[in-house]
Amino acid sequence: MRYFKMQNFRYLNNVTTLELDVEKCIGCGMCGIVCPHTVFKVENPKARIVDQDACMECGACAANCPTAAISVTPGVGCAFYIIQTWIKRKDAVIECC
Amino acid sequence: MQKLFVNKHDADTGNTACCGSKDQGKDCVPVLQNLTLPMAGPVDDDAPCCGPKPGPPSSPFDKPGYRMWHFVADFVETSVGAIPKIETRLKFQDLAGTVRARLGISRDRYRIAPGLYSVGKPGNDSPVLVTANYKLSFDSLRRELDSTDAWILVLDTRGINVWCAAGKKTFSTEEVIRQVQRVGLDRVVSHRELILPQLGAPGVSAQAVKKDCGFKVTWGPIRARDLPAFLNNGRKAETEMRQLTFSIAERTVLIPVELSLIVKPSLIILLAVFILSGISPNIFSFSAAWFRGLNGAVAYLFGIVAGAVFVPILLPWLPMRQFYIKGILTGLVAGIFVTFSLGASVTRLESFILLLLTTAVSSYAAMNFTGATPFTSPSGVEKEMRQGIPIQIIAVVTVIIAWVAAPFVS
Repeated sequence: MRYFKMQNFRYLNNVTTLELDVEKCIGCGMCGIVCPHTVFKVENPKARIVDQDACMECGACAANCPTAAISVTPGVGCAFYIIQTWIKRKDAVIECC
Repeated sequence: MQKLFVNKHDADTGNTACCGSKDQGKDCVPVLQNLTLPMAGPVDDDAPCCGPKPGPPSSPFDKPGYRMWHFVADFVETSVGAIPKIETRLKFQDLAGTVRARLGISRDRYRIAPGLYSVGKPGNDSPVLVTANYKLSFDSLRRELDSTDAWILVLDTRGINVWCAAGKKTFSTEEVIRQVQRVGLDRVVSHRELILPQLGAPGVSAQAVKKDCGFKVTWGPIRARDLPAFLNNGRKAETEMRQLTFSIAERTVLIPVELSLIVKPSLIILLAVFILSGISPNIFSFSAAWFRGLNGAVAYLFGIVAGAVFVPILLPWLPMRQFYIKGILTGLVAGIFVTFSLGASVTRLESFILLLLTTAVSSYAAMNFTGATPFTSPSGVEKEMRQGIPIQIIAVVTVIIAWVAAPFVS
């Protein structure tokens, strides 16, 4: 069971582009619902980031934040895809991985 | 066919006294009923006939140019037309299709038509579950709905599963709105709620869906098997329903597709290995190409297995967080195994080269597995690639130069 849970799969620390602007947060709790890694904890009245390094930059929180308080650079965490972005021009069509 | 309308307050009783089909008021809603269209006439059992008896006549829902899916049990009539009612039990064809897709065979074509489906006996107050048109996604949803009455709205995600489609923006805000409007969902259900899988959230903005088509998005659990509990629990998801897992079974099942993606480049690489192996002091030796090439091919293939099979399986137990390092570790073990197996049939220099090749290939293959995991961030992957790829390139260039030079040295 121990190796089932996502808490045992940690990736690199201090790399995520996730940022939360607490000023803009209205505490609706949507980020806490959509995040599959329990990065946020929503306590009255606002959300806060409790596990920044668990973020995989999927972008679910930012897409569903009604006040655009969350920013993250979402992307495809796939090596083959990233290699193509290095090789080809930015506007080139890139094959999916 | 005449549609029946009832006063929605009497929907349960089916009382139609207050509603005429021509001038029904706003409180009148269509009754959902199984369609009974006339079928082709029965064949007289006594009719003269050679061979076995003819099979049943075509279904009234058969259309020229279409083929009915085996999971369609029936059709129900609604105000937007006949909607297929689907079975919740998977059949042999579904399991065979799953195996094919998991092996990467015709995976991109394993899809169903987007649109509205029904399961059980849904009414106008039944939940609407949204999913992707990848057949595996559809199957994993419907198999959990044995005792559920619901509508299923299938998006056109280009045959991609919910999470990948959300990342690629084919499971998107625009697509949800498009399908809601295309099927006329507001005429099928009286409520205004869509239940979306949580992993679709990267592609869908709940507030934008609400604004543009009037339907509120409720984020359902990650796994379809938690849906019945979620629905029976007043749309409340337990914490565990919202958290990902990555068990050994979930990791292992991804391996064949990873391998299938490597097959094509591997054929080219193996051809190059055989050609490079033939370069000799006599310009080119076919026997060296074959025998040295086989050694190189074995080292390469062990590298693939070490990186694309053993790293996924052993993922949580391998030290270090960078996948390229995990691949180096399994690659070193596999490479040592290769060199010991080949023993004295290769020189010491060649043993070292093959060990380096297996390790480099394993490191690269392991790094590619980041794209299949549910916890690696793109920023992290890019960071480790900036470390790993230079090391892999140096190793491969060294391998090529040393492998070609080896016959000249010895």
